[in-house]
Amino acid sequence: MSWTADEMMTVAAARALRGDTRCFVGIGLPSTAANLARRTHAPDLVLVYESGTIGAKPDRLPLSIGDGVLAATADAVVGVPEMFNYWLQPGRIGVGFLGAAQIDRHGNINTTVIGPDYADPRVRLPGAGGAPEIAASCGEVIVIVRQSTRTFVDRVDFVTSVGHGDGPGDRARLGLRGRGPVLVITDLGVLEPDPDDRELTLTRLHPGVTAEQAVAATGWKLRVADTVTTTEAPSEPELTALRALTGAKEHP
Amino acid sequence: MSGRIVPLADAVAELVHDGDTVALEGFTHLIPVAAGHEIIRQGRRGLTLVRMTPDIVYDQLIGAGCAAKLVFSWAGNPGVGSLHRFRDAVQHAWPAPLEIEEHSHAGMANRYVAGASGLPFAVLRGYLGTDLPAHTATIAPITCPFTGETLTAVPALNPDVGIVHAQRADRAGNVQFWGITGVHKEVVLASARSLVTVEEVVDELTPVPGAVVLPGWAVTRVAHVPGGAHPSYAMGYSDRDNDYYQAWDAISRDRGAFTEWLAGVTA
Repeated sequence: MSWTADEMMTVAAARALRGDTRCFVGIGLPSTAANLARRTHAPDLVLVYESGTIGAKPDRLPLSIGDGVLAATADAVVGVPEMFNYWLQPGRIGVGFLGAAQIDRHGNINTTVIGPDYADPRVRLPGAGGAPEIAASCGEVIVIVRQSTRTFVDRVDFVTSVGHGDGPGDRARLGLRGRGPVLVITDLGVLEPDPDDRELTLTRLHPGVTAEQAVAATGWKLRVADTVTTTEAPSEPELTALRALTGAKEHP
Repeated sequence: MSGRIVPLADAVAELVHDGDTVALEGFTHLIPVAAGHEIIRQGRRGLTLVRMTPDIVYDQLIGAGCAAKLVFSWAGNPGVGSLHRFRDAVQHAWPAPLEIEEHSHAGMANRYVAGASGLPFAVLRGYLGTDLPAHTATIAPITCPFTGETLTAVPALNPDVGIVHAQRADRAGNVQFWGITGVHKEVVLASARSLVTVEEVVDELTPVPGAVVLPGWAVTRVAHVPGGAHPSYAMGYSDRDNDYYQAWDAISRDRGAFTEWLAGVTA
């Protein structure tokens, strides 16, 4: 079976979720990947949506974070203040799954404004939502985002959610208790923060993608790890499950 | 029937005045859209609109020129994309300039909790390291008097009017809602005046798993508005009209198409 770059990205993200991890899921790509993981190798995954649905088991992809199918299938439905105060803030959620409009070399995320002037933005984006506290308080963060120079920028125009700040020690100094971004999964490959200076480094490429392509799709001089591995191609069961979820036809 | 239950138009005319701070809440579910349209019809101006997730109904209120300011944490068309009337107001001051006060969900939720609790502010682990405090005056650091730890304080939200949609009320105006309950309870209790629109008025509120009940005396007015959450939904009564959210994108994108839509509401 052939596949698209987006399908590879979603499958790679799903594989990063294992066992009975409690996962705080944003709508869109993160939700697709988390639901795929639950349908394939991680049936015990606990999906948590910011609408207050804990342990949701949707039988189709929810179209919004407040989709009725989430409340109808959840282990518990709680109010939004309780969601953030009792469940997210104390660190009960293992993985936060986020998207980004812009991401920089230290994994800081912008979903607020594009352009240098907050008061007069070039593009007004939706804003923070739950992301700043998800990025702060989840045990670790996985980012899923398509890779391009427009999105992967040297410095984000606005820090909506903190990744690794300006480098080592910044999260601890700011009082952020989770480990921050550990994986950035794109349609080209996977970036991981360097263990020493926390700069995002290309560590994995999806089949058929070259390091040069990933470098060219990055707005800073992307560091490439000494050993870059290749992602295992999506299996037939993975693709079948994914297409059943998204309603996509087989890729020609 | 209790004098608490009144027609929607009467409730909005009584409770919502020009220049008020008004919060229409509902976290994707139970959004009081019909009440928003009534505010548009009555031509209210200069409102400070408060809502965690401004979506279609706030795009409509902003495009109709009702709002002077927006207090929010995520403004978008969920599952679809941008709110074009909101963007047009922020980027081009159309139809009027829109001041914004921007928070995170955790911050907004805690602001309502403080408001409902009669406290001046709430404390959370939030916003640390982000650029939001530099642009939002209602975010400030605070030192824990017991541990010395630096946390974040946000002031209480106490709207003049809080409006939500719910599944049902009894004839005394006691209100019951279930499913995703969002900040419904908090916004009603935080607001000086409140309006709950309901799908159904019943003789008795039978128990429903996970349901929240607000005693009638804690609610100012109740209005019977079946389908009043559309295109949002009321669990047990209606499904979310996802096609409408998609269709709104095209209407919202174009000032002319929006103006035509608006004429249909105010006609």
